[in-house]
Amino acid sequence: MTSTPALVVDNLRKTYGNGVEALKGISLTVQPGDFFALLGPNGAGKSTLIGILSSLVNSSGGDAEIFGVSVNKHRSEAMRLIGLVPQELNFNQFEKLFDICVNQAGFYGIPRKIAAERAEKYLKELRLWDKAQHQARMLSGGMKRRLMIARAMMNEPKLLILDEPTAGVDIEIRRSMWQFVSGINAAGTTVILTTHYLEEAESLCRNIAIIDHGTIIENTSMKRLLATLDVETFVLDVATMPDQLPTLPGVVLRRRDEHTLEAEMARSHDLNSLFSSLSAHGIMVTSMRNKTNRLEELFVRLVENGRQESGSNGQVATGKERAA
Amino acid sequence: MSNSATNLVALHTIARREIVRIMRIWTQTLIPPAITMTLYFVIFGKLVGSRIGVIEGGFTYIQYIVPGLVMMSIITNSYGNISSSFFGAKFSRAVEEMLVSPMPNWVILLGYVSGAVARGLVVGALVLLIALLFTSLHVAHPLITFLSVLLGATIFSLAGFVNAVFAKKFDDIALVPTFILTPLTYLGGVFYSVNMLGEPWQSISRVNPILYMVNAFRFGVLGISDVNIGVAFVVMLAFVVGLSIVALQLLKRGVGLRS
Repeated sequence: MTSTPALVVDNLRKTYGNGVEALKGISLTVQPGDFFALLGPNGAGKSTLIGILSSLVNSSGGDAEIFGVSVNKHRSEAMRLIGLVPQELNFNQFEKLFDICVNQAGFYGIPRKIAAERAEKYLKELRLWDKAQHQARMLSGGMKRRLMIARAMMNEPKLLILDEPTAGVDIEIRRSMWQFVSGINAAGTTVILTTHYLEEAESLCRNIAIIDHGTIIENTSMKRLLATLDVETFVLDVATMPDQLPTLPGVVLRRRDEHTLEAEMARSHDLNSLFSSLSAHGIMVTSMRNKTNRLEELFVRLVENGRQESGSNGQVATGKERAA
Repeated sequence: MSNSATNLVALHTIARREIVRIMRIWTQTLIPPAITMTLYFVIFGKLVGSRIGVIEGGFTYIQYIVPGLVMMSIITNSYGNISSSFFGAKFSRAVEEMLVSPMPNWVILLGYVSGAVARGLVVGALVLLIALLFTSLHVAHPLITFLSVLLGATIFSLAGFVNAVFAKKFDDIALVPTFILTPLTYLGGVFYSVNMLGEPWQSISRVNPILYMVNAFRFGVLGISDVNIGVAFVVMLAFVVGLSIVALQLLKRGVGLRS
């Protein structure tokens, strides 16, 4: 027996009143328990899609089902299954953290006693309990983001949607947020994440959709997508830099500065032979790292390809079309 | 939990939050109307009123204007409460907390209206207590008094809600009270009997819905009215139904709330 998908988006369209076509009939499926990345450049249509899923935006066509419940036909039932962490702060800054969480639970019909217990649980887990009786306006930016996660958890959703939750948050808080979200995902909650920090998406998400100009241009597993990356660029810190860079087969070497080289090579090229060749030319490598995050490299390439194809034939290619 | 039980919890949550807000900023929500009305009682009731003497039905001028002033404070405060609170929620985007929840639209509307009516009733009670410092009153028809207050507060809560839905900036929620609500209130028989007016002003006055609220309340307190009390309640109920339909339609279509 197959389980009901956490999310089925079917030919979803949105044209705003000013004529902007934000979604051009997109379809995708997210399986229950998944940690799903929804990526795309600014203005691609991600927030519109999330808006429709959370009923903040009215669709112009198509439908979405959350665990089999249609957002269009059974909005209330569908909303019971969702928790939303929006991109923009959207709480009353003059309310206390505890009240924000308890009230949110109240909107879902959760009795006050249970709501108070949950508020304590999630504010503690997100390290905000000591601020529970403070007004939200007193919080730092990172704390406000965590508050929105705690608030989204009050109805203990089966599907948690995070719309750029770590924007402008320092690395330590970001990591603690991911630890929390990974934990609830491991406990069974399906998570959909949009972010511009692609290393987050790469390390956390199992499946991915890339959206641009209102169209899905890639929808696959993270593993499969990363496997399509055929060229990688490494940054090498070197102890000694020769005057003339050697020519190595299958590797393009570029000098960055007196102690740093860039080596661009096919993924199939083995690193041992690179190190041996460099060593033979008197270049000692002291450390190395990827020039860019692998997903970032693919993301940029996919979006650029999509735009070029769109420019040439007036249509953005899907992942399937490109593969064919 | 059944749907009605969860809706009841949601309704209680909004109403409670609204009442907490009213109490948190009591210096803005409760004190100013009390001060304003005290000034009305002193100036129009005592100073001017003492020269007018008995106005109608054997009542002194201050006794005559008390019901009107109480109703005036109830409707302006109900209206002001809901328009500023709901628009504030829109402005801060906190309204999204409710829009993404499973709450049906009527719960959102009823929750906000409950909060606004509560403020109207508290302010009305305060003003009435202050009035008793200046004159004596006995309530002729308690049920009519209560129902007219409730309906008056509800009508203007609903009107304030509609205003807040359409408002795009804070100025927009000040326009209606300044240019519509205040003139209608002053011309709605608060300070005089419309029977004192000649035609066409008497007929024109009868188009003003506030006339019916003020007179229904005055009938409840003093037992006198410029309008038929049955007609007054029909007019008020019609406004409640009409404005509720408008407000619910706006919520359903997401006007000013959903893109």
